[in-house]
Amino acid sequence: MTAAAKSGHPGGSLSAADILSALYFRVMRVDPARPDWPDRDRFVLSKGHGAPALYAALAERGYFPVEELKTLRRLHSRLQGHPDMRKTPGVEASTGSLGQGLSMANGMALAGRLDGRDWRVYVLLGDGECEEGQVWEAAMAAAHYRLDSVTAFLDHNGLQIDGPIEKVMSPNPLPEKWRAFGWHVVEIDGHDFAQILEAVEEAKKTKGRPTMIVARTIKGRGVSFMENEANWHGQAPSPEQAEQALRELGKGGAGR
Amino acid sequence: MKYLIKLQDGAKKVATRDAYGEALAELGRENPNVVALDADLSKSTKTAVFGKAFPERFFNMGIAEANLMATAAGLAAAGKVPFASTFAVFATGRAFDQVRNSICYPRLNVKIGASHAGLTVGEDGGSHQSVEDIALMRVLPNMTVLVPADGTETRAAVRAAAALNGPVYLRLGRAGVPTLFNPDYGFRVGEAVILREGRDVSLFACGVMVAEALRAADELAAEGLEAEVVNVSTLKPFDSRTVADSARKTGAAVSAEEHSIIGGLGGAVAECLGEHAPVPLVRVGLRDTFGESGTPDELLKAYGLTAADIVRSAKEAVQRKGK
Repeated sequence: MTAAAKSGHPGGSLSAADILSALYFRVMRVDPARPDWPDRDRFVLSKGHGAPALYAALAERGYFPVEELKTLRRLHSRLQGHPDMRKTPGVEASTGSLGQGLSMANGMALAGRLDGRDWRVYVLLGDGECEEGQVWEAAMAAAHYRLDSVTAFLDHNGLQIDGPIEKVMSPNPLPEKWRAFGWHVVEIDGHDFAQILEAVEEAKKTKGRPTMIVARTIKGRGVSFMENEANWHGQAPSPEQAEQALRELGKGGAGR
Repeated sequence: MKYLIKLQDGAKKVATRDAYGEALAELGRENPNVVALDADLSKSTKTAVFGKAFPERFFNMGIAEANLMATAAGLAAAGKVPFASTFAVFATGRAFDQVRNSICYPRLNVKIGASHAGLTVGEDGGSHQSVEDIALMRVLPNMTVLVPADGTETRAAVRAAAALNGPVYLRLGRAGVPTLFNPDYGFRVGEAVILREGRDVSLFACGVMVAEALRAADELAAEGLEAEVVNVSTLKPFDSRTVADSARKTGAAVSAEEHSIIGGLGGAVAECLGEHAPVPLVRVGLRDTFGESGTPDELLKAYGLTAADIVRSAKEAVQRKGK
C-alpha cells in the first residue's frame, strides 16, 4: 500500500498489524455491513500514522473492497494519509495529531456508560506518542472516571522517527507509569496472538479501572530489512523492496 | 433582520456567562443527550449550574484543556451534545490543536462555551484576556462563531448552538452587560441584526460593544449624524449581505469589538467591504496589543473601547467619504 502511495508509515503499521488483526477478527463486536451500528465496539487508532494497518484490517474484515487499498493517499481517495472518520467506513475517530486518541476513546466510553450500553472501546497508542502530555491527561481521566470499558494497547516498538525512544526523549518505564496513573497493566509479546487474546480477556474482567496492554513489538515486523529500523517509520518502500517485503510476509501479489 | 431598539437607561445588567449557565441547565432538562464538561473553572464559567442539576452528565476534567476538548469530541462521536467550557484564552489557545483536529476536522457536534473573553476579565490581566480568540476560531473550517451581546441573546444562542449539528464557539463575558433584547428577540445563526436605522454611517458591533455602539449612535444623532447600528453576533458564517448592504447605503463604516482589530469582527468587516462594498472603514478594538490588569471599565477606556471612541471613529469614517 505504502509502495503504491509512494509515501506513508510502513514500520509502525507492521508493528501494530497483529494487534489489529486480533481486534478485528477475534475480539471486537462489529458488523462491517453496519459501520454505524450503535452497539458496536469502537476502535481508535491514536497513533494515526498506522493508518495503512487499520485500512488493511478494515478491508479484510469487509468494510470496503481490498482493491481500494491501492488508492491510499491519492486525491479523492477514501483512504486519507491519516484516519478520517468522515471518509472511511469503520474509522471511528479522525487522528494523526498525536496524543488525542485516548481522550476521544474516553469520551466515547463516558457516552456508552451514560446510555447504559455494554459496548467497549479499544485504542492503540504508540510509545513515542506517550511523549505527548495529553496522553497523561487522558490517562488520569480514564482512571478517575473508572472507565473499565476502555482497553488500550501500547505498541511498544522502541522507535520513533528520529531514532530510539530512549535516545530521542525517553518515556520509559512505560508499564510503571501507566500503573502509577491507576491503570491495570498487562505486559505481552505484541506478535503472539494467544497473549493478545488472553490480555483482552483479562481487561474485560477488570472492573473499576481501565486496562493498558503494553505490547512489546518490532517496528517493521516481518520484513527483514525494515525490522527495528527507525528509518522505516515514515518512508515507503520502492517497488522492488515492496515485492520482497510481501514475499517475506507471505502475502504475494503486488500492491496489497 | 431588523429589531429596532433603544438603549434603556438603567437596563438590568447580566453577565453573558450567567445567562449561559442558566440556559445550559434549561437545555439539560429538555435534552437528555446534552452533557457539560469543564476544566476546573465551573464556578466561573457557570457550568456548575448544570453540574448541580445533572451531576451524572457533568464531567470536570481538571486543569487539562487539551483533554477537555478531545474528550468532548469522543462524547459527540458517540451521539452526545457536549458543551465544553473554560476561559476563552485556554479554550482557543491552549487547546487549539484539539479544537482543530479532534473537533473541527471531523465536524463533531461539540459546543465550546468560552467565558471570560476579552479585556473585561479585568484584574487577572493580559495572560487571561483573550484578544485573539475570535480570529483563531473564525479561521477554522466547519466552525460556527457566536458572540452574543446580552443575556437574552446568549440564551437564544445556546439554544441555536444545540439545534445546529456541528462545532460552535460561543464567546461569553465575565462582566455584567445591559440587557438589550426582550424575550421575543428572534436570534438566528448567520444573521446580522439591524438595531437602529441610519443613513450616514454604519456601526458594526458585537458582544459588549453593541451597547456602546447604541450609545454612540445617540451621541452622533445629537450632532446631526444618523448612524445605523448592526449587531453582528454571528461572526461565522458571516452575514456579508446585511453588512455590505448597510455600508453601501451609508457609505462609511465602523467596526467595534472587544478583541484585536486583526482577524476578528474588524477583519471580517474589512474582508467583506473590500470585496463587496468598498467604503471608508475605521476599526475600534485592541490595536495589536495585549491587555493588562484593571477594572473592566478602566480597561475599556484605556484601550479605546467606549462609545466616545466609536463616535470619534464614525466621524473620521464620514469625513473620508468620497476621498
